Amino acid sequence: MNKKHLSAGMVHTLLLSYTLLALWPIFLVLINSFKTRKAIFKDPMAIPTVETFSLVGFDKVLARSSFDIYFSNSIIITVVTLTLTLLIGAMAAWALSEYKFRGNLLMGLYLAIGIMVPIRLGSVSILNLIVELNLTNTLTALILVYTAQSLPLTIFILSEFIGQIPKDLKEAARCDGVSEYKIFFEIILPLIRPAIATVGIFTMVPVWNDLWFPLILAPGEEARTVTLGVQQFIGQYVTDWNAVLASLTLAIIPVMILYIFFSRQLIRGITSGAVK
Amino acid sequence: MTHWTQNLAKRSGVALAGLMAVAALGIAPAVNAANLTIESWRNDDLEIWMDKLIPAFNKKHPDIKVVFAPLPPADYNSGLNTKLAGKTAGDLITCRPFDASLQLYQKGNLLSLNGLSGLENFSNVAKSAWQTDDGKTTFCLPMASVIHGFMYNKEIFDELGLSIPKTIPEFMAALETIKSKSKYTPLAMGSADQWEAATMGFQNVGPNFWKGEAGRKALIDGSQKYTDAAYVNTFKHLAAWAPYLGKGFKAQKYPDSQNLFTLGRAAIYPAGSWDITTFNTQADFEFGAFPPPVPAGQSECYISDHTDIALGINPASENIDAAKTFLTWMGTAAFAEMYANSLPGFFSLSNHKVTLSDPVAQEFVSWRAKCQSTIRNSYQILSRGEPNLETGLWNVSAQVLNGTMTPEEAAKTSEDGLAKWYKPHM
Amino acid sequence: MIMTVSRKTLKSFPTHIVVFLAPAVLIYSVFMIYPLLDSIRLSFYTADQAGVTTFSGFANYVTIFTDEAWSNSFWNAFKNNMVLFAIHMAVQNPIGLMLAAILSLPRLTGRHTYRTAMFMPTMMSVVIIGFVWQLILNPLWGVAESVMDLVGLADYFEPWLGQEGTALVTISLISVWQFVGIPLMLLYAALLNIPEDLVDAGQIDGANHWRIFWYIKFPMILPAMGVVSILTFVGNFNAFDLIYALKGGLAGPNFSTDIMGSFFYRVFFGFQLQLGNPTMGAAVATLMFLIILVGIMIYLFGVQRRLNRI
Repeated sequence: MNKKHLSAGMVHTLLLSYTLLALWPIFLVLINSFKTRKAIFKDPMAIPTVETFSLVGFDKVLARSSFDIYFSNSIIITVVTLTLTLLIGAMAAWALSEYKFRGNLLMGLYLAIGIMVPIRLGSVSILNLIVELNLTNTLTALILVYTAQSLPLTIFILSEFIGQIPKDLKEAARCDGVSEYKIFFEIILPLIRPAIATVGIFTMVPVWNDLWFPLILAPGEEARTVTLGVQQFIGQYVTDWNAVLASLTLAIIPVMILYIFFSRQLIRGITSGAVK
Repeated sequence: MTHWTQNLAKRSGVALAGLMAVAALGIAPAVNAANLTIESWRNDDLEIWMDKLIPAFNKKHPDIKVVFAPLPPADYNSGLNTKLAGKTAGDLITCRPFDASLQLYQKGNLLSLNGLSGLENFSNVAKSAWQTDDGKTTFCLPMASVIHGFMYNKEIFDELGLSIPKTIPEFMAALETIKSKSKYTPLAMGSADQWEAATMGFQNVGPNFWKGEAGRKALIDGSQKYTDAAYVNTFKHLAAWAPYLGKGFKAQKYPDSQNLFTLGRAAIYPAGSWDITTFNTQADFEFGAFPPPVPAGQSECYISDHTDIALGINPASENIDAAKTFLTWMGTAAFAEMYANSLPGFFSLSNHKVTLSDPVAQEFVSWRAKCQSTIRNSYQILSRGEPNLETGLWNVSAQVLNGTMTPEEAAKTSEDGLAKWYKPHM
Repeated sequence: MIMTVSRKTLKSFPTHIVVFLAPAVLIYSVFMIYPLLDSIRLSFYTADQAGVTTFSGFANYVTIFTDEAWSNSFWNAFKNNMVLFAIHMAVQNPIGLMLAAILSLPRLTGRHTYRTAMFMPTMMSVVIIGFVWQLILNPLWGVAESVMDLVGLADYFEPWLGQEGTALVTISLISVWQFVGIPLMLLYAALLNIPEDLVDAGQIDGANHWRIFWYIKFPMILPAMGVVSILTFVGNFNAFDLIYALKGGLAGPNFSTDIMGSFFYRVFFGFQLQLGNPTMGAAVATLMFLIILVGIMIYLFGVQRRLNRI
């Protein structure tokens, strides 16, 4: 009994210290964004007090950039890319792992190439393509490129998971005469939910955080993403730490809120839908 | 079963919303035909362009809409090249001096400006940074030059009873006084960004060693080498700065150096004149400037007065006439006056007489009368091949400061790189 | 039963397979494969001053491997990339595994909160992470120094990001800090997928957590460990953003933080007065592709085959 308590204490100490390590740098940015310039430099680790509290950085960020537009752009791009990738990625993964057809292995290898290749290598050709399609400075351009970029890994991971699904489930349905489409949408999709949650995060993180393609394909104000907005803002106000810390805070907080919200869904998905 | 169907409904709902969003986004914002977009790396100047310069232009030409669309400086070359390749670059392109822009012209990405009205207001020296080697074609309209020197915190100098150092021994003595008699950092410069070491260090103090234009031209024609005493001595002087730089200067970046100075924690700042604008808004003490000190016993002085920035036209632009109108306007006295005073530290390259109101900018520009001007010695012709000389100088200057390379090694590395591809040095 | 269905689908190529595959294959081919092939094609060309390209066979590759300046840069970037990968394998993945193992312990209170918090850095943009750590390690601001002072180590503080010997390791550890959430997540999901009766059986036999983990759970998640390793490899050899955010295009000091991604970027797009060389850049990128390909082959034919045998 005693021994068990001790180990639980140790487990929590370990987890707590890592949590602290993970969150402390972010916390540091948050508190300092609410302080005066002098206070930021004088005592970086102090919580803002009545004397040191200041919103001057936020005033500047909000007056000098359109963070609201950047946010809606980033959210639209991420959500649409995620939806498209998961849907058509799961479809392709299902086709590859379920059906034995001629060229199956070849198709799998073909789709796997994308995991290995840095997509930046194709930047100039991608840009030409987007120009020809008349899609520069649109969110569509980014969505298409990000979907193409996310598909290989999505298919790779989902195939592994689909391969683990017990055969008797599908076979029972097939004996009942259920169509292949119905089997996929009604039996398989719900079963691979934990994988979808994982893949979702894998897709979402690089898409939300990408700097390169917004810079090249959609640098215009109307299609600018948060990451590009922050990067340009930092570049512009790099010596003004109030403004920089405030812009970082503005970029961090919505991601945190979104993530905490999504995270509940994800954990529920993982724990309830785990393939047994 | 109900569980699955519910799930299906939920999922298809999300998918449908996604597809609808894709459909809705297909509508690209229409591009107005009378628009001009300026590509630039000067994102620091965004507000001044939007709030002052463009409105002034629109008073004269209300029919032409101008957008200043800067990229972060480090992303400019790559971003611009990709946009040019993809034919999405703006109508007006900010030109770096010499070879970088010359190559753009040779590739057909800059329009010849010969015969453009307004170009006659610039001297041949001003135009030389944006001309073909034979001097026959000019492809960018010169905007400004920047001058190197040192800025100092007047309050700290008063407190320690220091006077402005004129020679290198005086300069080193001043650094020693600051270090031993106060808590201030003597010199605010770091080596993390590398270019600070090369630009604010090597190219700032070097002209006094290699006698300005004489040395620069001698490097180009091959009669001098980087291993000559003048260049080794410049590196040696740079190496002598190391003990007086801030704690942890190896990880100190350019904005850190600026903050170190404007927070009043450093006494002297190796500067480019463009820093004036930032310092005016951030420093709450009085600061002044002095030119690079000369080696002991040398009477004549040299400064780096570098032709830095110009504007050219993208031949792929659909509004070339409007772009020419804009450049002509930039050649006027009114623009020169407004630009130089909005951005003190960027000195107009036109022949118009410009009155500067900023005292520190006045100080910088007054050195033109006392000293002889030159430009950075790696910019013309010498950075055309590989390994690239300018990039190499960044690396070795930072290493000399860090103490990972001796001045002699730095000089030899630079010369060896040049000897690999540049005939006069082979 | 299974066999008969498979045989049947083999005979006629059913439309449902096409329907399932078509959207993914189409988008992927147009926006990924075509641009990549186009770039590989580019690597066999050279451009003259006016930007006109001519076919030159393997000339670019010969330059990379025989010209001393090029081959030094290439092998330096390759070596640094291997260091980056080694640090991720040695630090990131064991930490991820340890945290996943602890988090998957039965009856752990607050696991959702822990997991959410630990994954937080992975969600953040490299632009943000790079800037945050730069501030923390900044000698001017002194945060890292005063934290070390709390435990009496202030004298050991150094400008790690700026020193040739320490910059790469420091950046690697920042990257580990940010991306530890990925192995954590994958291994956690794998651990949850282990049938409970297996673990229960172990518990009935009186095995403790430690033994249950190593003898029952760990062998079950080896395939997931394989996936994590290969993802780490691919991710590291495609990395670029963090180096760029922290050290800029020159990857200093003295190229000590230059990896394949930053080397490619500098060659392809140019740097300050150094002009971009798209054809040479395409050659570098093709070499990166080959390196990654070799790594994946080693995994598929060496590691995975052995894993499957277990």
